[in-house]
Amino acid sequence: MFDTVKTSDLSHVGKNGHREDTIEKLTGEAMYVSDMLLPGMLHAQLKKSPHARAKIVKIDYSKAAALPGVRAIVTGDELDYRLGLYVVDKRILARGEVRHFGEAVVAVAADTAEQARAAVDAIEVEYEVLPPVLHHMDALKDDAPLVHPELGSYDYMAAAFTPKPGTNIANHTKLRKGDVDKAFAESEWIIEREYSCPSVQHVPMETHVAIVQWGKGDKVNIWSSAQSPFTVRNLFCHAFGLSHSQVRVQVPYVGGGFGGKAGIGIEPLCAVLSRKAGGRPVKFQASREEEFSLLPCRSALTYRIKTGVSATGKIVAQHMTMYWDSGAYADYAVNVTRASGFSASGPYEIPNAWLDAYTIYTNKPYGTAYRGFGHVEFHWAVERHMELVAQAIGMDPFVFRLKNALRPGSLTMTGEEITEHTGNVIKCLEEAAKAICYGNLTDEEKARQKKTGWKIGKGVAALQKAPAMPPFTATSVVLKMNEDGSVLVNLALTDYGQGTYTSVRQIVAERLGFPLEKIKVAFESDTDRDPYDWQTVASKGLLLSGNAAILAAEDLIKNAYAVAGEILHCNVCDLGHDGDKIFIKHHPKKSVSFASMAVGHALPNGNGVGGPLIGVGRYIAQGLSNLNKEDGQGNPAIDWTYGAHGIIVEVCEETGEFHVLKIASVYDVGRAIHPEIVRGQAIGGMLQGLGTAICEGYIYDQQGRLLNPSFTDNKIPTAKDLPLEIECFVVETPQVDGPYGARGVGEHSMISVAPALGNAIQKATGAEIMHMPMRFEDVWRALRHKDPIDNWITKSPIGSCRSAPEARPNG
Amino acid sequence: MKIKVTVNGQLYERDVLEHKTLLRFLREDLGLTGTKEGCGMGECGACTVFFNGKVMNSCMILAVEADGATIDTIEGESRGPSLTDIQKAMEKNNSVQCGFCTPGMVMSIKELLQNKAKPSIPEIKEAIEGNFCRCTGYVQIIEAVLDVTGRSKEKGELKHV
Repeated sequence: MFDTVKTSDLSHVGKNGHREDTIEKLTGEAMYVSDMLLPGMLHAQLKKSPHARAKIVKIDYSKAAALPGVRAIVTGDELDYRLGLYVVDKRILARGEVRHFGEAVVAVAADTAEQARAAVDAIEVEYEVLPPVLHHMDALKDDAPLVHPELGSYDYMAAAFTPKPGTNIANHTKLRKGDVDKAFAESEWIIEREYSCPSVQHVPMETHVAIVQWGKGDKVNIWSSAQSPFTVRNLFCHAFGLSHSQVRVQVPYVGGGFGGKAGIGIEPLCAVLSRKAGGRPVKFQASREEEFSLLPCRSALTYRIKTGVSATGKIVAQHMTMYWDSGAYADYAVNVTRASGFSASGPYEIPNAWLDAYTIYTNKPYGTAYRGFGHVEFHWAVERHMELVAQAIGMDPFVFRLKNALRPGSLTMTGEEITEHTGNVIKCLEEAAKAICYGNLTDEEKARQKKTGWKIGKGVAALQKAPAMPPFTATSVVLKMNEDGSVLVNLALTDYGQGTYTSVRQIVAERLGFPLEKIKVAFESDTDRDPYDWQTVASKGLLLSGNAAILAAEDLIKNAYAVAGEILHCNVCDLGHDGDKIFIKHHPKKSVSFASMAVGHALPNGNGVGGPLIGVGRYIAQGLSNLNKEDGQGNPAIDWTYGAHGIIVEVCEETGEFHVLKIASVYDVGRAIHPEIVRGQAIGGMLQGLGTAICEGYIYDQQGRLLNPSFTDNKIPTAKDLPLEIECFVVETPQVDGPYGARGVGEHSMISVAPALGNAIQKATGAEIMHMPMRFEDVWRALRHKDPIDNWITKSPIGSCRSAPEARPNG
Repeated sequence: MKIKVTVNGQLYERDVLEHKTLLRFLREDLGLTGTKEGCGMGECGACTVFFNGKVMNSCMILAVEADGATIDTIEGESRGPSLTDIQKAMEKNNSVQCGFCTPGMVMSIKELLQNKAKPSIPEIKEAIEGNFCRCTGYVQIIEAVLDVTGRSKEKGELKHV
């Protein structure tokens, strides 16, 4: 909508307006759930599994129950509920069997957190330890233990997913396009490689936290650091058999999400404790260690790609197999598999494609959505593969990419035709290359290389992502005019830092023709008061809610015009307005103020007309379809955001150390609604992507215990890890059905950072790295053609990490 | 144990448990929830406060150790209606996303600027190294420091191509 209007003709859209949520965050006034205390509130603590796989033989909490302050103790045996968005496979507390290290087994609520902790310590759980299945490739073997023997009895979304009962495969996504065998037979070159990456933690600075009060008459109030209040409510009601009118979910400020707070989380746990404690509110906040091992992470991936290339360097066939490690529960991870499946080639045209993508259960903490929704992981493979294929066929990798990139007229792997409005990945690639002077070293770089002895290399990598969501995903926005003619915006899309509310505010102000100061977006989301939004995920918020906001603004104006026509005795079609009033266009002095109509207008004789002014906007994704489960064909993408990263790196060949000298990022955002917010997303995601690329990842011992669930042993990038230079670019090919032409970019900045770095390291030194993260020792080994150390499940019984369970003084 | 502690210029006398951290004392006993807990292990800096004039992680200090000390928290900044210069610069430079690291970040920047009027970019990075931020990628925070020290020209911008 309004995609062709020039930014220079717009008043608010495209400008760097004030962010409404900043002052309270800068002063410490912003209240997060972790700051909240309710009268009579209890504190919850958990007894967690020390084993990756074990039978729960006996739980004795008699001593704990007798301790002071203890108000409720709950075990899995008394909770016959399952939770899940796509595959309903998770219990609130482990029941009968534990499936991963750190899984919750018993929950306690007490007057203070100390009392709850003391009670947890007094609980005795007897386990019969079973051999775990830890590596997802081992889980596919015939004799592998089954993580979910009862998989066949679980509910799941049958239109999209295919679990394989009797195996550890929670979902098998297929994609078949063209004739792969014939195309391989005709290929000049065939190159096959395998790439991998471990599980990674989201690390929101505020760990998961919820307060739940299960009141009398089964009225449940939930306050949660959740991304998606309506999905929390929906899944909660399904699990407990409650009506949606009995459950209210409120989300105040949220300290980061990145996908880890999508779906449902710890709310049911607090709820069952509250119910057992007679309705007192119960708060649970995950410790940082629990954030790593109790709460979900990003799935590990092994991705095998076989590519057939013609004599002219065109990809003619590609065979792709993705093995996604979902850990112990696959509820959300199956959709990562599905979304990665339909996008698995990256932004390249593959005329003949064959893909199998498996979601695989293992006895490890479970996977979920994480910024990029699989695309960070598989673009690592695809964009390293493009580099290695180009090298094998003797073509420059950049030229090879351009030759195979999607362009108007190309068909995606699901058969969707790319048009000139879809976005321009070729331009993104070209700009990224230009920004780093790809292909040669500048005189300055040559001098630096000579001085330091470290080799400088440059690499690029492209990216694509569309929102992964049900094809009928919908949202709504309600505008309410206040007595003074200002406007309150209500929506249940949440803003946990990404700045969408600021952009929605700009869009509303633009469409209403009001000054920005007159528009307020209500910050806290509330399922009892806000209109529906599915989830805040998938980089779909700006597009869907932005369109709904435009429609709501138009509705508000239409409703105001109808009242004004009545007051001014004129045709509605003759009316115009500014930020204060509606007037007759040919008699501009004849006007009525918005303020005087906002809550109902009083005529001079006291008669009332109109009523409170409200505007409603609804938007539902258009033209999308379920993908055919046999061949993956269909239209899954409301919009594709393309992009590219260019990286300059210097590497010490002796030690494997490297510095990132520059990163350039380019995304085709359609239109940058708020350029500084776009830049904030670009840089924030880039550094998160660099964390994934250089240092982050879960390490387990052979019993499946997570060895590095802390910031001591699992670093995230600090300010000192920033590249020396960062440049952010946008291409603006308008999205025809985007608000003012915009498309989402929240996740994209994290994608393809790692392969751009891997490609640059290879260019500098020849090191072929196939596994991320690329730690200095990995570069050193690759340079010496040594196999990477697979210490993601370490060979030693006790890892080198200081926080290894055995190394802790108190067990 | 009884302690006397001056927080944001106000003297408090409280009975505290020996094992209670200064962070929890500030948040739970005094209701000063602007200071956040990100890890509880002294790694992330979300709980940064001034302790006798130096920034420290309040999760690593026991409340009883603060007996007689002077503490300054984020609530002590911007008294009155307007923001401090650092806060204004962070507001202007889009330095805040989810906001959970922000109070600690403000304290570390304040200490930096107390010690050095015009810190270099490496010095700014060094000063906020102990404050983890998962959202912003730090750049717009660094730019706020450049701005408040009169170097807004060194700031980057989104380039349209």
